[in-house]
Amino acid sequence: MSKSIKLVGVGGQGTILATKILSTALIHEGYDVKMSEIHGMSQRGGSVSSEIRFGDKVHSPVIEKGHADVLVAFEQMEAARYLDYIKKDGVVIVNDYQVNSMVTLTGKVPYPQGILSYLKDHVQTVIVDAHTMAGKLGNAKVMNIIMLGALIKQLGFEHLDIEGAILEHVKPKYHELNKIAFQQGLQL
Amino acid sequence: MKKMMTGNEAVARGAYEASVHFASAYPGTPSTEILENIATYKEIIAEWAPNEKVALEAVIGASFAGGRSLASMKHVGLNVAADPLFTFSYTGVNGGSVVISADEPGMYSSQNEQDNRNYAIHAKIPMLEPSNSQEAKDMMVDAFNISEEYNSVVLFRMTTRICHSKSIVELGERQEISPKPYERQLDTYVSVPRNARNNRHKVEDRMNRLQEYTETSKWNYTISHGSTVGVIASGMSVEFAKEALGETVDYLKLGFTNPLPKNLIQEFCDNHETVYIIEENDPYIENYAKTLGCEVIGKDLFPYTGEMTPDVIKRCVLSQQVEELEVPQDLIVPRPPTFCSGCPHRGFFYELGKKRKKIIVAGDIGCYSLAVGEPYRMMEWLICMGAAYSTAHGAQRIIDLKDDDDRRLVAVMGDSTFFHTGINSLLNTIYNGGNTINVILDNRITGMTGQQDNPGSGFTLQGGDAAIGDIEAICRALGVKHVRTINPNDLALVKETINWAMDLDETSVIITNWPCVLKKHYKDEDFEMYQDMWKTKDYVIEEKCTGCKACLRSGCPSLIFNPETKKTSIDPYTCVGCDVCAQICPYDAIQKEGYHE
Repeated sequence: MSKSIKLVGVGGQGTILATKILSTALIHEGYDVKMSEIHGMSQRGGSVSSEIRFGDKVHSPVIEKGHADVLVAFEQMEAARYLDYIKKDGVVIVNDYQVNSMVTLTGKVPYPQGILSYLKDHVQTVIVDAHTMAGKLGNAKVMNIIMLGALIKQLGFEHLDIEGAILEHVKPKYHELNKIAFQQGLQL
Repeated sequence: MKKMMTGNEAVARGAYEASVHFASAYPGTPSTEILENIATYKEIIAEWAPNEKVALEAVIGASFAGGRSLASMKHVGLNVAADPLFTFSYTGVNGGSVVISADEPGMYSSQNEQDNRNYAIHAKIPMLEPSNSQEAKDMMVDAFNISEEYNSVVLFRMTTRICHSKSIVELGERQEISPKPYERQLDTYVSVPRNARNNRHKVEDRMNRLQEYTETSKWNYTISHGSTVGVIASGMSVEFAKEALGETVDYLKLGFTNPLPKNLIQEFCDNHETVYIIEENDPYIENYAKTLGCEVIGKDLFPYTGEMTPDVIKRCVLSQQVEELEVPQDLIVPRPPTFCSGCPHRGFFYELGKKRKKIIVAGDIGCYSLAVGEPYRMMEWLICMGAAYSTAHGAQRIIDLKDDDDRRLVAVMGDSTFFHTGINSLLNTIYNGGNTINVILDNRITGMTGQQDNPGSGFTLQGGDAAIGDIEAICRALGVKHVRTINPNDLALVKETINWAMDLDETSVIITNWPCVLKKHYKDEDFEMYQDMWKTKDYVIEEKCTGCKACLRSGCPSLIFNPETKKTSIDPYTCVGCDVCAQICPYDAIQKEGYHE
């Protein structure tokens, strides 16, 4: 058994942090885990993707197209950009949030419409309004942890010690906030 | 104890366990985090060097003095460090020494895709290639033993997927090894022809001895599943092949790869009807196998560029196409990397691009490479670190020969790039009486690789206090008479300064000095010098906005144009109040908001 999860978003959204937290919890659970990311030119504002593969034994740290069990997208258009990675019977968990790119900011090209309905028509889709939820918690940045909660619920992996992993990766000042955000994601 | 580590974290741990005493590097993706992680071990002296050549030279000195030492760099960095590397091969080591080359199949963030395994053959030095984080750590420890036993610097070749992928590592104990005594070895370390000719024979002897080692090295072994089909691979290609082909084939896994094991390869090929050689970039193993007379399938079947990911292997070997969901292209628009909100390079490029037809912009490696994209589109070439000034000088020489062309060369590079090798290039221009306009976009940090400190930032790798290289004084010391340092967020000043430089017919330097918005450490003086730095925000007075879009030419991602209302707004979460857009707006519709803590 092995599972592949791809997490995508825009530089600065906390994609990599969420991936690290999940990897830590999976390894504590005893899985063989591999994680991969490509960064460098996408410090801020670029498209970011990272991936986790886990199971009894995992060789490749990268997910092939058409092989991801779950695609977690922190932004609508990024869900569409990486949709070819998802299995036909996979699940997309998408944050109902739009981040403009340089191309749409200028008004030359509109931000694409109908992404969510396309997703729903073609693959099992869970839409999460994590941006609004995070805003209500007083810090838009915990959107990533709300999404992580939604992913854990989807996987049925509530037994994972995510809160413990949060303690390892997040500054103490933000522990409580992140725990609340995770619980809210879990209850979606 | 087991830990999830990237390859970069794992080699740093390996260096710690191997009791490395000294490490030096210049940051470069995908190698940057190696030194950042080594710096967390207080037992190791870890330093940023201004370039890879300097880093390796410091490491050579440390080795001669008896310390275990390592230099890390990205693939193109080894081109810079090649000069000392080839002679270090001849002198041999005292304390064990390792050079890490982080190659990049697929060129995710590099200007080329070069296979640095070729350097091992060319420099005649042993090489190791890990396949995952555990091996990265274990091989690192062994690399120092090999280095000392065979009296040679070792090339440690990683790739992006090793550097930046995480897998589980079983940690080991640290060996406590004291630096060896230093002994004068004039005949060995002084590489004048008489000595070098002697050393040359030692190198040949060493490679012959290593030819025996490689056949029995624990890093080279076969994995048998009783198949008539075999795969030979090294590095990440091993893991990719195992994922794609599993237990349906036999493997010859190569981890010690210079010299390659002649007998192992020959035997493996003899024992299998079909042998695939799966490797990223060059046919390094394939060509060697073919010289042995082995019939193997390599680059005739597999692509010569990019990563040998499982889908590539399945497609090539099994003719399997992956089923994937099709995505309508109208749902996606590109998301190119861009200058950050408040990036101090933006004001400069805005003014430089404004109605200036008489310039050619020579580029360099760093965040400012992004000026090649919208809305600036103003960088006409980019070669390697430090090349902006020297390429511009050569180009200007030719342009000046032409009666019908009076364009001026404007060469741009960052502070870290200036310290890297830009100083040498500027010296060339001034020495040869050039007349280019040389810009140092000094954002007080090495931005693109993730805010690493450098000789101009005032901090060391560990965040300790450091001397600050005075860029303006350096330029004057090189002999530049015309130097101006300006605030790039003051557009009128930028404009006036560019005009000043355009009117000169001698070498000029414009230093734009304002910190990167992502910079982590500041000194008290900085807060005095850069008043209100990132403490305010700008906003649009909607009634005054005519929707003229002039402000969008600043390229700031905080500015959002709404096609329905035909108004621009400013994202209050990302704006840091640099005021560049406010200066561009012809209708005074953009105003400054108060002070934010």
